[in-house]
Amino acid sequence: MSDTSPGPEEVRHVADLARVGLDDDEVERFTDQFADILDYFETLEEVPEVERESDLVNVMREDEARECLSQEEALSNAPETEDGYFKGPNVS
Amino acid sequence: MSSKSNIFITEETIEGDEDGLLADKTVAVKDNISTEGVTTTCASEMLEDYVPPYDATVVEALKEAGATIVGKANMDEFGMGSTTETSAFGPAPNPVAEGHVPGGSSGGSAAAVAAGEADLALGSDTGGSIRNPAAFCGVVGIKPTYGLVSRYGLVAYANSLEQIGPLAPTVEEAAALLDVISGPDEHDATTREEGADSDYASAATGDVEGTTIGVPTELVEGADEGVKARFEETLDDLRDRGATVEEVSLPSVEHAVEAYYVIAMSEASSNLARFDGVRYGKSGGFDGNWNETFSESREAFGEEVKRRILLGTYALSAGYHDKYYKQAQDARAWVKQDFDEAFQSVDVLASPTMPVPPFEQGESLDDPLQMYLADANTVPVNLADLPAISVPSGEVDGGLPVGIQFIGPAFGEEEIIRVGSAVEE
Repeated sequence: MSDTSPGPEEVRHVADLARVGLDDDEVERFTDQFADILDYFETLEEVPEVERESDLVNVMREDEARECLSQEEALSNAPETEDGYFKGPNVS
Repeated sequence: MSSKSNIFITEETIEGDEDGLLADKTVAVKDNISTEGVTTTCASEMLEDYVPPYDATVVEALKEAGATIVGKANMDEFGMGSTTETSAFGPAPNPVAEGHVPGGSSGGSAAAVAAGEADLALGSDTGGSIRNPAAFCGVVGIKPTYGLVSRYGLVAYANSLEQIGPLAPTVEEAAALLDVISGPDEHDATTREEGADSDYASAATGDVEGTTIGVPTELVEGADEGVKARFEETLDDLRDRGATVEEVSLPSVEHAVEAYYVIAMSEASSNLARFDGVRYGKSGGFDGNWNETFSESREAFGEEVKRRILLGTYALSAGYHDKYYKQAQDARAWVKQDFDEAFQSVDVLASPTMPVPPFEQGESLDDPLQMYLADANTVPVNLADLPAISVPSGEVDGGLPVGIQFIGPAFGEEEIIRVGSAVEE
């Protein structure tokens, strides 16, 4: 196990950042597993610096109005809607 | 075996046009590929009621080719797994190796073809998710060059790595399905012209006279003895048919698994942020604090999905980005360079598709790192954006299927199809 691997508090903190609810059992399991997995990821230190040439180009198109989903279709999977809008929780 | 219900998550017939290249064919479609009006769950509780309002480009292509879609195939949740055991709807069976997993994440697609529930299937391959189940179920699977097939309508897991591809009983049938789905698409800016007007099916000639096959020693050394033996026998057959086999070295692939998982998890953490229970997915309710409500909604993810989102979030967070993500991108560039160099002296590369025969059900669930390590031979291909095919190459331990993988240079689909078809003869 690496000295730097996250403890249970840090696992909870990362879960907060990612907005993923975890129960206590999951926190415990993840703490153990992350130690192993991150230990393994640390072998990336051995990778030499590599010149990364990229011959990629941006693909652009004209910003024109085109056919798209109707409002009804776009809302069809929302758990709840109000007056033709998505309904979300309170922003506090 | 109550196989059929676990091969598909949704069984529903979608009729295609009356004629076309696939007029008499049935196709299973992986459940992360959008089908208009037909539930598309990604094998997740998060999307158990999600009904796409539009078709993926590949589904439109299937319909235009006259294919009949027979169901949405089971998979690892959001494509995250190598066994189809992380599905929220229960594991898919391996129709040819009872008690063993069908591989993953496109396990339902491979099982549908192996069981004869569909003539053909579509899967998606982010780090081996077509080739692994093809090998474990004794069918053919192709991971196309990045950009050959449109990803429009594929529910994203790791965009820079994944491609949709075909599974079929034979190389020629897989190639014919690739002909139908390949080509540029205005809805996916990463697609390229190379797949337009393709005729991959006619490349399945079985002719390897004068072909040079490179074998990266790094991808054979760690394999199970039985798997190695089948691999060597298949290479001997290809030599008898006029191919030359030579060893090559790809030192970078020793770091491919960790580079792949850092990149895939990082992309996943960003991609899956869209699931907040507002536009689609399980709602976390509407009362209380916004952040807590989202966290509650996202409890609908299974454990492997949560694990990857968290590790990706960690790898991208301040103070760790350079240590993990930047190094992984360097490793990715290194892997590409190694492949480019190898293809200056060989036509295709060959390795066992999976270093092991199909796992027993339940075997790998408790130890995620061990499961990740089994992807050693498939992930380098995704890091390098290359095409690869898995073809059945015999059995070990009294009936467990084994696959051989051929990797080609970018847009070298015809080459790997030609060499792959020689294995079948």
